Formats: sequence, structure tokens, C-alpha cells
Amino acid sequence: MSIIHARGLRRSFGRRGATVDAVRGIDLDVAEGEIVAFLGPNGAGKTTTLRMLTTLLRPTSGSATIAGADLLADPTQVRRRIGYVAQSGGTDPNTRVGAELELQGRLYGLSATAARSRAEQLCAQLDLAGLTDRYVRTLSGGQRRRLDIAFGLMHDPRLLFLDEPSVGLDPQSRSNLWSHIRRLRADNGTTIFLTTHYLDEADALCDRILVIDNGELVAQDSPDALKRRFATEVVTVEVAGDPEFARILLAEQVAVIESSVELDGTIRLTVTDGRRALPDLMRGLAAADLPLTSIQLARPTLDDVFLTLTGRSPRETA
Amino acid sequence: MNFLRETALIFRRQLGMSLRTPIWVVVGLAQPIMYLTFFGPLVERVLVQSDPGIGSTAAWQVFVPGLLVQLGLFSSLFVGFNVIADVRFGILERMRVTPVSRGALLVGRLLRDVVLVEVQSVILLLVAALAFGLRAPIGGVLLGLVLVGLLVAALTALSYAAGLITKNEDSFSPLLNFVVVPALLLSGVLLPMSLAPTWLDVISRLNPLRYILDGMRATFLGQYTSAALLGGGIAAVLLTAFAIAFGWTVFVRENN
Repeated sequence: MSIIHARGLRRSFGRRGATVDAVRGIDLDVAEGEIVAFLGPNGAGKTTTLRMLTTLLRPTSGSATIAGADLLADPTQVRRRIGYVAQSGGTDPNTRVGAELELQGRLYGLSATAARSRAEQLCAQLDLAGLTDRYVRTLSGGQRRRLDIAFGLMHDPRLLFLDEPSVGLDPQSRSNLWSHIRRLRADNGTTIFLTTHYLDEADALCDRILVIDNGELVAQDSPDALKRRFATEVVTVEVAGDPEFARILLAEQVAVIESSVELDGTIRLTVTDGRRALPDLMRGLAAADLPLTSIQLARPTLDDVFLTLTGRSPRETA
Repeated sequence: MNFLRETALIFRRQLGMSLRTPIWVVVGLAQPIMYLTFFGPLVERVLVQSDPGIGSTAAWQVFVPGLLVQLGLFSSLFVGFNVIADVRFGILERMRVTPVSRGALLVGRLLRDVVLVEVQSVILLLVAALAFGLRAPIGGVLLGLVLVGLLVAALTALSYAAGLITKNEDSFSPLLNFVVVPALLLSGVLLPMSLAPTWLDVISRLNPLRYILDGMRATFLGQYTSAALLGGGIAAVLLTAFAIAFGWTVFVRENN
């Protein structure tokens, strides 16, 4: 049974008489324990979908079951079972870390004592120990983001939604945040659904990526499978001999889709499944007695996948 | 029961934030105390001269309720700015994804405002009684404070709702100016509307604050069975009921 099961989620906004479809009928299934990323450029409908799944925005049409509760019929039950960390966070700079966490726990129905001990436990887990008496405004960017996540975890939800978790963080805080997110799943089996427009983030964290563009899902698969399917790999070869002869020879291999000789005499081959193609290419050259000077395989990035799928780089619009 | 518990939690949070900087409670009193000091003596003269039947004690009984309404008005209508900040920081959204009643997010906030204005009102009344000539029956004063409480609950509910609808200071500010000035001038805060020409008196009867203020003046004068007090009570209850119902729908709706 999937922890998120959505069918035909759609959301239109009326603007000056015209209707804008922000999300155009999305079907989603996320299994318990998965880390799934919603990847898309800004304005693709990521946040709108997330706000629908977290009861903040009512879908224009469609239905969903979130953590076993019906999104439309029983939003309160959905709220009880999910954690949500918005892109903007949700902390007041003029509140104290401990007090505000405790209040959050109490809003979920915990007693004062239970809320306090849960807050301490989470602070320890998220490297925030010793900060409970501090004002939020005195925290660093990374600490503040981890505090945002602590708010979403006060009631120990099975499912956590993270909207753009690492926006604005320095590289060190980002990788630190990522390891915390991985630990959440490893230690508690928490299912994590996040949105991002950073490809490296989706690549580093997720089992599965849902690519969204213009309010529609355009692809979904594991990062590796997406790269294999939607982006080709490039092998660059240098030989001590006639490059054109080598090119003709290599072009006969099944894995090679396109080939060309560059101005500097290197041979550029577009291949499928490059890791397996490399040995064959090398054997072919050896059989023709052409000494190989260098060979290089460039694995595609999600950037390439994105470009293939949507015709633009995610950073162009970000 | 849950609603009361949640309201209390929100109330305590908001009150805690105000008490962290209690100086603002005092600064908020500066305006009415300046009116009391620099304008009150003028009103006393004008009222006594306009109708020699009014003694100077009665003049203060008429003027001070006006200051309470003014205090209530200015402390209440600006609270919408706080909720705009809460939206911007994502605090409201964070709380809206918890199972807490969204109505409690409103009521907890406005109760904090009611408590603060009541405290300020008591201080203002003490200054008016000790430093100036205010004398009024204690029961009447307490009834007046009830009316102030209802007024503040109503106006803060409207202000929070307007803040949540506009969501930014640039729209909220002009809206506020558009409302504050007529609400103030047409309530008879500074001088009673009984001194007004007929057309002005008629227009002012469209303003619920006028009835509340007239009711407060009546109770300060000890006229507990007067039509003015009855009208003020009805206006206060209706306005509060309408305002909270409106604020509630704005806070509860799912499509903010």
C-alpha cells in the first residue's frame, strides 16, 4: 500500500477572468520508506502540488490518500500524520528554539513534558543540542534549516514533505543536511517527499525522481535509469594513427549511435551504456592494430536528462 | 475542549512575545495620555461652556470613554501587520499543517490583544482619575471595560482577516488609512456627536463605534438603564459576532 496515492490532481487559479492551470492532472504513488524528489524548474507546479498534498491548498479536482487518510474527506487526519517543511521555513526570529519547538509539539497534542523531551531528543539528533535557549535569529543558516526540519518532525510523522530543503545553504551545510535526511530514513524508516530544482540534490538523495514541467509529470524513474534513458554518454578517443580510419572502424560497433572527428583529431562517439561499450571499443582498435592514446567516458548528468525532457536547463528559470 | 486548549496555547505564545518587549505596551499608552493631558482640559472647557448644566466631572466622564475607544481602535487595527509578518516567515503555514483548529489561531491571537488593551485601559483610567478629574461609578467603569474588550476583539478579528487577505503591507496600509480616519471621526471620540450638525450626526449613526462609545459614556455616567447603553451593548455584541465569524472563515478557508 503506497503512503502517497494521488490520482488526477489538478489545480487551476483564476486570474483576471483567465484560468491558469498550475497543475494539470498528476498521478502519484510513493511507497513507504522511499525518498522521492519532485524535480522541475521554478513555476513547474512543484510547490502547488506539495501544498495540495499537505492540505494547504484544495485541489480543483482529483483525489488522494495520504498516509492512509483521505485528503479531501479527512484533512485533519492527514495533518496529524505528515510533517511539512516549507521553503520559507516557518520560524520567527524573535522566538526561542526550545519554547517554539515545545509549542509545536503541543499543537500536535503532546503534553508539555512529552513535548519538551521530544524537542530535546530532536535537537540532539539534528545537531542542535545546547541551542534551546537561543533566539532563532542567532542561529546560522544551516542550524535554522535543521530547526525547520525539527518542527516538521515533532510528532514523529511517517511521511515528511520538504520543499526545497537546501536553498540558500552553503555547500558544507547542504551535504550535512543531506546526511541528516538520509539518516531519517535509515533510523526511523521515514518516507521523504522533497521538491528541488537542484539536480545534484535529487541525484544524491533520492531513490526516484519525478520530473515535472508545466504542471505535468514528464518522467519518473531512478536517477540512474533516467540518465540511461534520456541522456546518452559520450566517449572521447585518441589514437596514434589515422583518426578517420579509426572512426569508421568504431562506428560499426552496435553501441555507437553517432561518431565524428573533432578538429584536434580526437574521435567523439555518442554511445548507449558506455561502461559496457568501452571494452568492445578498445578490443576493436586493438584488433585493427591502432594504438590507443587515451579514452574517456563522460557520464551524463541529470542536467542532460532535464534538457532532453523539457528543452531547457533547470537553472535557466531558477 | 480541544479548541480551548489550542486557543490557550496560541494565546500564551502571543502574550509571551508581547511581554518580551513590554516597553511597547507603555509606548502604546503615550498617545491617549497625551490626549488626556493636552486635549482633555480643552474638552472640559468646551463642554462646560456649551452646556452649563454639565459640570467638569461630567465632562471627564464624557471625554475619557472616547480615549478608551481611541486606544482600542489604534491598538487593534494595526495587528494585521503582525499576521502579515507571520505569513511571510511561514509561521502561520507551519501551524496550519498541524491538526490545530485554524479558528484557534485567530482567537488565541485576538485574546492576547484584548488582554493587553484592558491592561492599558486600566492604567489610562488610573491616570485620568488620579491626575485629572475623572470620577465614575466602579460598576459603570467595569461595564465600560467589557465594551472595550468586545470592541478590541471585533476590530482585531477584522484586522487579522484583512492582513491575511492582502498578505502585504503595501495593500494593507492604505486599506487601514481608508478605515481608521472615518471610524475615528465619525464615532465622536474627541467630542460627542450630540454637538454635531444634523447631517454629520446622521452619517455617524452608520458607524457602530458611535453606539459603543455612546453606551460607554452612559455607563460612566451611571445611566445603566439608558437606551444608549442598550444600543451600545447590542452594537458591540453584533459587531464582535460578525467580525469573529468573518475572521474565522478567512482563517479556516483552505485556499489562502
